[in-house]
Amino acid sequence: MITAERKPLEELIEYVRPYKRILLVGCNECVTVCAAGGRKEVGLLASGLHMALLKSGSAIEIREHTLERQCDPEYVDELVSMIDGVDAIMSMACGCGVQELARRFKGKPVFPAVNTKFMGASERQGVWAERCQGCGDCLLGKTGGVCPIARCAKQLMNGPCGGSTGGHCEIGEDVDCAWALIWERLKELGQEERFVEIMPAKDWRPGGGSGPRKIIREDLAE
Amino acid sequence: MDNFEPVIVAFCCHYCAYTAADMAGSQRLSYPANVKIIRVPCSSKVDALHIVKAFEKGADGVYVAGCLEGDCHFKNGNSRAVRLVEYVQKYMDEIGIERERLEMVMMSAGMGYRFAQVATEITEKIRKLGPSPIHAAISL
Repeated sequence: MITAERKPLEELIEYVRPYKRILLVGCNECVTVCAAGGRKEVGLLASGLHMALLKSGSAIEIREHTLERQCDPEYVDELVSMIDGVDAIMSMACGCGVQELARRFKGKPVFPAVNTKFMGASERQGVWAERCQGCGDCLLGKTGGVCPIARCAKQLMNGPCGGSTGGHCEIGEDVDCAWALIWERLKELGQEERFVEIMPAKDWRPGGGSGPRKIIREDLAE
Repeated sequence: MDNFEPVIVAFCCHYCAYTAADMAGSQRLSYPANVKIIRVPCSSKVDALHIVKAFEKGADGVYVAGCLEGDCHFKNGNSRAVRLVEYVQKYMDEIGIERERLEMVMMSAGMGYRFAQVATEITEKIRKLGPSPIHAAISL
């Protein structure tokens, strides 16, 4: 999923301070799962903004709505009936959702309420960790299902480096060395020979190196 | 405000604090009428939104009352509630509401006296703090 964290309330207050009526929009997908921008977080932020502004003597009306998916125009259309009389929109979705709202409602300022962080998985309740960088040329089949692009600080194709100690990366005790994980996994699979194969330098073009990316499925595209 | 009477919301676990409140009643112990009790099936059933909404609607103080450490009817709900309260206190710092207005307390079902004592102490603490900034702003 795409993970995110709410921005500091102070920053959000400054965004909405000039306005009398805002629409706060959550998303039922990734940001709900990582507890950053779902229906509950929309309620919490609306209350927090309302109280913080009330304290400083200004009143604001906050309409709340959470879309099934904020990065799809079909769902964003739901907001059309709520947009009248609203001075600005604040989105609790990832950057994709924020941009979709800005594209759809050209006359309204749109502000992000969260910082979009990374594509990750849940390690345990309340903990999410980076797992994928969308490099566009997945090599997990060669590395025992552990990604050296997302999980090695140096993105080494042939690791580990000299900074790997006791299974940890030199950048921090709490960071696993991706190449140590790859070695352990290949051993479990009985595929140790893969470890000595030299992988060529990575082509970064499919990973965004040649500009913003797009997927066109000709059978589906209209 | 000379005659300020705080509004305090107490989220009380059914298996301890709520029964302790009953116990306080049957022991004829009095506690301040400022405390409005909301019964919850476990202290961990209380959500950040419940607490924040209480303050938004003008509560001057909120406390969550759960079972004694290690005694949760549902294994560890009370220790989760402790973490929730700390999380909401951080949010209150951001909003600008004194974090002392929110507290986690623990007691057993038999502690009627402690229930009355906690209710009295928290009421006195909030009385000294004065109205919450939100209560004050709503009353203007």
